[in-house]
Amino acid sequence: MTIDVSKWPFGVNQDNQVDFDEADKSLAMAVKAKDPTLKLCMGCGTCSAGCTAGALTDFNIRQMFLLLNRGRNDEVAEKINNCMLCGKCILGCPRGVNTRNVILTIREVLEK
Amino acid sequence: MANVTIIGGGVAGMAAAGVLTKRGHEVTLMERDSKLGGHVGKWYKVFPDITDASEIVDELKGDLNGVKIKTNADVKEIEKSGKKFKVNGTSADAVLIAAGFEPFDATLKEEYGYGIYDNVVTSLELDEMLKTGKLKTKDGKTPKSVGLVHCVGSRDEKVNNNYCSRVCCTNVIKSGIEIKEHYPGTDVFCFYMDVRAYGRGYEELYRKSQEECGVTFIRSRLSEANENADKTLLLRVEDTLAGKPMKINVDLLVLMVGMCPSVNAGSLKNSIGLETGDDRFFKTKNKHSANNESNIPGVFYAGATTGPKSIVESITDGRAAAAEIHSYLS
Ligand code: SF4
Ligand code: SF4
Ligand code: SF4
Repeated sequence: MTIDVSKWPFGVNQDNQVDFDEADKSLAMAVKAKDPTLKLCMGCGTCSAGCTAGALTDFNIRQMFLLLNRGRNDEVAEKINNCMLCGKCILGCPRGVNTRNVILTIREVLEK
Repeated sequence: MANVTIIGGGVAGMAAAGVLTKRGHEVTLMERDSKLGGHVGKWYKVFPDITDASEIVDELKGDLNGVKIKTNADVKEIEKSGKKFKVNGTSADAVLIAAGFEPFDATLKEEYGYGIYDNVVTSLELDEMLKTGKLKTKDGKTPKSVGLVHCVGSRDEKVNNNYCSRVCCTNVIKSGIEIKEHYPGTDVFCFYMDVRAYGRGYEELYRKSQEECGVTFIRSRLSEANENADKTLLLRVEDTLAGKPMKINVDLLVLMVGMCPSVNAGSLKNSIGLETGDDRFFKTKNKHSANNESNIPGVFYAGATTGPKSIVESITDGRAAAAEIHSYLS
């Protein structure tokens, strides 16, 4: 039986927890299949510290990778086009993530 | 009674020599520098108890009665014939390689400005400044702020060092405490990805640095440093916990350089066919139960020659290697 909480005489807050079991990891998996270097991201933020787009807007390339891994694909889709593809982020990455290519791959997979 | 030659007179080699001579072996200790002690012999205070490094070296020296010490003896190769070895002309029944490490060459991280900007120094230079009581910028002023950068030359594919150097995190913490205790008006900022304070008393030191000394930790990895007109440094990082790029100026920037294999590791390896790992440090026969043995019977390893180690680990490892050598010779 489904409970219709809207009929209850008091408000119910939405669950604030991330339900990681339900998260959609398919985009992350598809991107990693095409560019496995993304698997090595350790979230250090070297890329985002020097990012040309990140200096002026709230675009954060490290966070893009994290959101992707957490299945927050709508947010990724909404923001990923803010990258200007300058390639500066690749220069510093200590894990050899091919960042620019990962961004292109995300765009490509999202288009499908 | 057998002859044992030890290559390297740092703490691991000295610790091993002390045990082997007590067990009745003829020990020759070869050190490339003019005096024993290795890196530890040059340092000031060491963690976790902020003890004088010289005390450790003196204590180990006290055990070396009867050991033949050869300083200014740079060993680049080992000769082998049958079960015997020859090192710089001295014959031996067993050889212990305790060749230690080389500090990472900070000029390779050009974006950090070492050797280019006035006020970028390495952790070794910071230690020297603290030892001589002269924590100063190039123009002779006490810095109002110091930035300590973790993982310089470690965990970095760009310089071909994927490994963690293990001790630099705790060295940052210790250095932060020392700076704050001697220069309370100086702000200390640490740029870390993870704090790997793994040993006994290290986490407690981390707590002390925050609670008692007010050292600030910013989760980030330095992207680049630029020199301002007044010779201070503008740093760019992402504050990854806040999720925002951050700029911050410091008067002095300290690069915590990691450990690289000894410059002689390559030639020693090639001279008798030893093995190294992907990290270029010597590879032991077994990482668990034969961690002092090489692939050649009679050749053993101790200390940072098999990868970054703390002082206590190097000493313990030296003594463990000595026990292995004693068994091998008996
Ligand atoms: S620099 Fe590389 S490892 Fe660091 S957050 Fe960016 S992609 Fe990940
Ligand atoms: S390629 Fe995109 S993410 Fe990378 S630095 Fe340039 S704008 Fe930023
Ligand atoms: S010990 Fe800390 S500073 Fe040193 S390489 Fe490891 S994580 Fe980096």
